[in-house]
Amino acid sequence: MSKKQRITGAEALIKSLEHAGVDVMFGLPGGCIMPAYDPLLKSSIRHILVRHEQGAGHMAEGYAHVTGRPGVAMVTSGPAATNLVTPLCDAYMDSIPMIAITGQVSTAAIGTDAFQECDTVGITRSITKHNELVMKAQDLPLVVAQAFHIATTGRPGPVLIDVPKDVLINEMDWYWPSEDEVADSLPGYKPTSKGHPRMIKEAARLILQSEKPVLYLGGGVLKAHAAEAVAELQKMINAPVVTTLMARGAFPDSHPMNLGMPGMHGTASAVTAMQKSDLLIALGARFDDRVTGKVAAFAPEAKIIHVDIDPAEQGKVRRPDVPIVGDCRLVVEEIIKAINELTDGGERQADIGAWRSKVSGWKEQFPLTYEPSAPGEALKPQYCLEQLRDSAPEDTILVAGVGQHQMWASQYWRFEKPYTWVNSGGLGTMGFSVPAAIGAKVGQPDKTVWAIDGDGCFQMTAQELVTASLENIPVKIGILNNSYLGMVRQWQELFYDERYSEVYLGSLPDFVKWAEAMGCVGIRVDSPEEVQPAIDKANSINDRPVVVDFRVAELEKVFPMVAAGTSNDDIILPESQRELKGFLK
Amino acid sequence: MSNPQHHILSVLVENRAGVLARVSSLFARRGFNIYSLAVAPTEDPDFSRITIVVDVESAPLEQVVKQLFKLIEVVRISELDPQRSVERELMIATVKAGADNRGQVVELTNIFEGKIIAVGGESMTVSLDGNPEKLDDFEELLRGYGIVEMQRTGRVALPKIDREARTRAPKGKAS
Repeated sequence: MSKKQRITGAEALIKSLEHAGVDVMFGLPGGCIMPAYDPLLKSSIRHILVRHEQGAGHMAEGYAHVTGRPGVAMVTSGPAATNLVTPLCDAYMDSIPMIAITGQVSTAAIGTDAFQECDTVGITRSITKHNELVMKAQDLPLVVAQAFHIATTGRPGPVLIDVPKDVLINEMDWYWPSEDEVADSLPGYKPTSKGHPRMIKEAARLILQSEKPVLYLGGGVLKAHAAEAVAELQKMINAPVVTTLMARGAFPDSHPMNLGMPGMHGTASAVTAMQKSDLLIALGARFDDRVTGKVAAFAPEAKIIHVDIDPAEQGKVRRPDVPIVGDCRLVVEEIIKAINELTDGGERQADIGAWRSKVSGWKEQFPLTYEPSAPGEALKPQYCLEQLRDSAPEDTILVAGVGQHQMWASQYWRFEKPYTWVNSGGLGTMGFSVPAAIGAKVGQPDKTVWAIDGDGCFQMTAQELVTASLENIPVKIGILNNSYLGMVRQWQELFYDERYSEVYLGSLPDFVKWAEAMGCVGIRVDSPEEVQPAIDKANSINDRPVVVDFRVAELEKVFPMVAAGTSNDDIILPESQRELKGFLK
Repeated sequence: MSNPQHHILSVLVENRAGVLARVSSLFARRGFNIYSLAVAPTEDPDFSRITIVVDVESAPLEQVVKQLFKLIEVVRISELDPQRSVERELMIATVKAGADNRGQVVELTNIFEGKIIAVGGESMTVSLDGNPEKLDDFEELLRGYGIVEMQRTGRVALPKIDREARTRAPKGKAS
């Protein structure tokens, strides 16, 4: 009989992470988690030492976004755990698989207001898919295995493991549970992946009958690796496609039937096609308020097929005619089969030719547009993005923070492949892009990673560029610097009568000097002629991070726009298109 | 006290630390008040059953139930229709009862088939179990004498054995 291997909880934790396939983790040590950092010295896992725990969380998210594998962040108790709250909530909102490991005070001290104690599981309960306070070293491998299982199956999400210091120090008998043991240990967790056959058939029937269908793709398409299946379905039925902020890249922007992003700053054609549609085929999308506008006025004529792996999304915002709970890829494949069966039986798809040409007309008549700057005028942010886009190496991953720059990035980039777009959609976390870009570059070291950031966002998390320099993670950051909290400024201009309150950030800091101080190359760009050379220079540097400070027009606004709480029918077009609005019918 | 918006949820959960907090916080974040709550282990000590009574419209309740079911440690949820379930609750109450009206309280308690637990000079403590509406009636009548303190457990409930099963079962036996 083989002798049991006695190891410490800390060793078991690191060993469990290795068994779960972790190759890299992001973190910062401290008192309670310190025992876990010792076995890390001899582990195969690469640890990236961040400057702030929030950075570790967003890096783990960026990593997960581009690899599909859970990102791992490990930090200590108390303030470190609270610093992880924002990334955990971000990951929860955007369904990002992530594992957070937090230190905790020793079991005997829990609840005594010990040094660096906080109720981590209590604080993170509503922003994690699951969390667990581990009270015995013997439980660690099972808890880690459960965490990976939960984070990556069903609707993905963050799972937090809180480990008291004595649990890390105590010894246990090593084991690694089998997949069956993990599944059996979670009697209440049985995610549905296969759609209901009757509903799938009903969906196929509705699709064939529809004269004005729209494929409404959400982030779930990417989570389920369903892009290929969706492309096949689109080819079969020829329907127009809209890709939400979380689904950019799930369907190629170059496809003539891709109308781009719907919603508050979506294209006029995407917004209007949904409004006028008679059938929305929602795939892994959740009818977010930024997409629907005023819900009561959203797509009033449309029947809804809603495919989502999370049963709680069915009917949450809009009651579906055909709810299908299941994995997007599996369900779309089944829908394709069901359509084939119906057409083999002699049924025909309704003629959608008139709809297609109408939608194409809108797309042609209402492209995204902006007024180029006249000679001597300030740079336009959209121009910088177009130049960046056109010079970006193939398969470049684009990361954004939150605000105007994020909307312009989503609008003006051309996403051709899945997993090339990383942003904070649901939570809207300013400061997301620098650390997320670092995580993305760690996950895909052979791809170019550009982060588009705002000057407000950059100042929230820029210190992680020190991490990037020291760890040799050559990301590229383009700051669309308008000296304002631009999106808030835009709202104050439009909805508060130009009463600007606390949105001007001033002309400081000197971003070039700051970049240089952090070990990056800093480049400042003031005029249109400087844009291309700066981008070329940035693209040629691959041994350290680069920060390009694009000084852009302060008052530029994002259009189109659907004001919060209003109907998508009341879309505000860019000025040059306003008199054409009557054609959006 | 029975309210048309009362919904009774029977939630089977893993019997572990923190589960009740997870369940109750889903109601709290939506501003729904839990009217009553009873929790205890089931026939299998690895699982507990939580009986929750909430006052809420049906549509938001549907969303909470779906969110509840997403909790990893929640195994099963059923909304119990009062017409098709058996419900029981226990109350104990200390009532003002001196020499002049003690007999009336005893009589009332006997009529309801309750129990007298303790008797003092100026008050007495009585208990009653039964369906919650019966407890409501008893409580209302006790108020007339003055309730000093009262505690109700909140209801526990199980679905009624369905009639077919009930009538079928004896058939199997030799009778």
